[in-house]
Amino acid sequence: MQQRFSEIADLIQSSLRGEEGFLANFSGENSAFVRFNRSAVRQAGAVEQRYLSLELFNGKRHASQSITLTGADDKDAVLAAVSALRAVLADTPEDPHFLINETPSSSARVLPNQLPGEDEAVSAILETGRGHDLVGLYASGPIHRGFANSFGQRNWDTAHAFAADLSFYLQSDKAVKVDHAGTAWDAAAFNAKMDGAKMRLKALARASKTISPGGYRVFLAPAALEELFGLLSWGGFSLASEKTATTPFIRMIAEGAKLDPRVTLVENTAEGLAPGFQEEGFVKPARVPLITAGAYTSALASPRSAAEFGVPQNGADGSESPVALDMAAGDLKEAEVLKTLGTGVYVGNLWYTNYSDRNACRLTGMTRFATFWVENGEIVAPLNVMRFDDTLYNILGANLVGLTAHRDLRLSTSTYESRSTQSMRLPGAVVGNLAMTL
Amino acid sequence: MTSIADIAARFAAVAPACDAWSIRVMRSRSESLSVTRGIVDPVGLGDDLGAMVTVQAKDGVGYAATSDVSAAGLKAAGRAALAWAERVAGRMVAAVDRKTTAPVKFDREDRPRQAWDALSRAAKIERLKAAADALRRGDKIVDWAASAAYADEDVVLATSDGDFIRQRRGLVVPGLSASASDGAETQTRTLARGGVMRQGGWDVLEDVGFWQAPERIADEALELLEAPDCPTGAMDLLLMPDQMYIQIHESIGHPLELDRILGDERNYAGTSFVTPDMFGTYRYGSELLNVTFDPGVAGETASYAFDDDGTPATKQFLIRAGMLERGLGGATSQARINIPGVANARACNWNRPAIDRMANLNIEAGDSSLEDLIAQVNDGILMETNTSWSIDDSRNKFQFGCERARLIKNGKVGRVVKNPNYRGISATFWRSLKGLGNAATVSVHGTPTCGKGEPNQAIRVGHATPAGLFADVQVFGGG
Repeated sequence: MQQRFSEIADLIQSSLRGEEGFLANFSGENSAFVRFNRSAVRQAGAVEQRYLSLELFNGKRHASQSITLTGADDKDAVLAAVSALRAVLADTPEDPHFLINETPSSSARVLPNQLPGEDEAVSAILETGRGHDLVGLYASGPIHRGFANSFGQRNWDTAHAFAADLSFYLQSDKAVKVDHAGTAWDAAAFNAKMDGAKMRLKALARASKTISPGGYRVFLAPAALEELFGLLSWGGFSLASEKTATTPFIRMIAEGAKLDPRVTLVENTAEGLAPGFQEEGFVKPARVPLITAGAYTSALASPRSAAEFGVPQNGADGSESPVALDMAAGDLKEAEVLKTLGTGVYVGNLWYTNYSDRNACRLTGMTRFATFWVENGEIVAPLNVMRFDDTLYNILGANLVGLTAHRDLRLSTSTYESRSTQSMRLPGAVVGNLAMTL
Repeated sequence: MTSIADIAARFAAVAPACDAWSIRVMRSRSESLSVTRGIVDPVGLGDDLGAMVTVQAKDGVGYAATSDVSAAGLKAAGRAALAWAERVAGRMVAAVDRKTTAPVKFDREDRPRQAWDALSRAAKIERLKAAADALRRGDKIVDWAASAAYADEDVVLATSDGDFIRQRRGLVVPGLSASASDGAETQTRTLARGGVMRQGGWDVLEDVGFWQAPERIADEALELLEAPDCPTGAMDLLLMPDQMYIQIHESIGHPLELDRILGDERNYAGTSFVTPDMFGTYRYGSELLNVTFDPGVAGETASYAFDDDGTPATKQFLIRAGMLERGLGGATSQARINIPGVANARACNWNRPAIDRMANLNIEAGDSSLEDLIAQVNDGILMETNTSWSIDDSRNKFQFGCERARLIKNGKVGRVVKNPNYRGISATFWRSLKGLGNAATVSVHGTPTCGKGEPNQAIRVGHATPAGLFADVQVFGGG
């Protein structure tokens, strides 16, 4: 695959005229997808996809085309794309925000393939689901990303990863969510995780509790915080959002509002799974500080935003969303979580978050999966789903009690268009008061 | 470039020996034009081509999707799909039913009133630039953009039973937005937050009022900047179509999907508060509520003749006079659950298998004019244009936010308020529908971003709806 991409880059290079240049991004994967319901297979199959995004530029004029590499007419399709883009350049004005890396910085990372065979993984999942109601997805296979430009830069990244994203259901909406993801199948680790989920499932068998709207002391597990930061990642850490005042962190920027001093967030590319280069060929720095000791520090700056707003780029993709968000750990030991919570709600997962008031960074969403009512540090009953509606300044600011010392590495299970390489490393948080509304 | 029909025929020549096979070949050629903060963004083109092969062997089904549509690539896909079918045979949640109807031959290309290419690219950019410039109504407008994205979508479904179904259509997503800001306050107005996707060509922009909208959108953003916050309390709520459509989507469409009720989606998109025993007996809404699956509305986003399983699509009532009759599930789900459904087995692209999806899910018009609806309200609020949506995984407890609202007092529309939100419960909300707009209030909406499925799929759906008036809804503002 890497060789083939290199040949395509050479083909594009040879087709250029005059002052033309190019950027080429390759995205490919060979994925096995097995969907489960009620401890049986619902759908199973394979997806082989190869996308080439070609950007042609001439001075400050530029345009891009995405094509599938078909295997049949690749040479013709690539040359046709160059010709089509050449015609587009004639129609478009110069772009003052065009900024690309002109200093070649080539790299290659090909991680070894230690993936399990499909039979092994599918059989293990069906086996662990025997006698239970198991539902979810197993995804596995290589993920390739490549970059090339007319300055001679070549980057390549191949990762082989799998993810079993599963839920054990007891009844109706009462379930325990569990995932097992990585690069090499560890049967003992898989079984331990599944056994742990089945143990937690037993707690859901108790009569469930419904609470009235009001303020509650809560523990937000790392997976619950992941949902909050997933929402905030849409514009919250973006330079363009900051400069156009559309960021949900506008009160931090305009008024100096702060979160709790224990809240520190960085884009930690060095320890994430995502490739270390971005679409315009810039290498991502190891770390970009986003929020430091509760204070807004800096934004993710794509080359385009950097050019528009006159600041240095810092390796962000065009979306200016984090790909390896990392939140500093606290000092709360895992064994002390329930005791620290005391009486309140243990929130295993949140779901479907959105803004009630973007300016106030006021968020709403639902509890989901294994969420429990806790009294005096003991799990008493599963909780029927509740809606929360509160500001981040309360949740991770005035009402933050503590963050756990342990952090979960949350590997994205998103498979929209392609398998994601994003990750987050997050602690859990005890919050003294969270507004529950419905 | 080989036609997609030829690619399907190419596979037929190399298909593996099996009980049955199908191939869905899809090509989508696209163009994306936009102008942001006064600058013409780089043009984006796309040419996405690939095939999904599905194979039945004994009681197993497997699929293989590939962008390698050479004979060798398709042959390899056939073998991979067969291997998956054999691997999961005897381990699937539902047995496979073979289609028993006569082979279908169908070939249709929808022609828009004005083709996307009727204007040159430069002319289209110039018009978008003018629209974007018109959004800049003063220094407090800090972010503004105009965009139009087009896709020419061409799909062939062929099967070992002799079916050949080709459907080709154009799809347009127009976008306008303006954000006004002062200090730590920013308010944004849009053209239905992107929810005006339609089938057609360049004519769609005229049909959705794109060219008349920029000044109004910008002025309303500036007006919101000065407006008081939405009040809190239980009151009558009048929803305009650009909010109604997402209310339908989240609290009627998703709960009625049969694959949710069957549990397929419980690990990701969620389950449903609707259970099989409720079909035919459950009062979903007031007698004013008539909900249809209607794949035949001209220009609506998900109009089609056949779904991606090859089932012919016809208009069906899901809810009639408030009573639940039918679910949103294709042939496979209907066989699994024994509940009547519709032709809605759909895939977002060639690289994903078909599952139950919303398509055109509409509310039939009532008989009240907008003025009549407003006149009914003593103390209430009119909300328009969705900006926030959230609902539980059973699709019951919801909260929505809108861009703009106006108070209604004693049958008259009053002042504008900002940050309007409301919350409720699906199972009771639709029963509080006490007024429904007539055909003059109907607007056709659509979105390309309905997310669901494992692996994930974002698909386009359509919703045509009148304005709706609801009693005693919990309303609140920001802060």
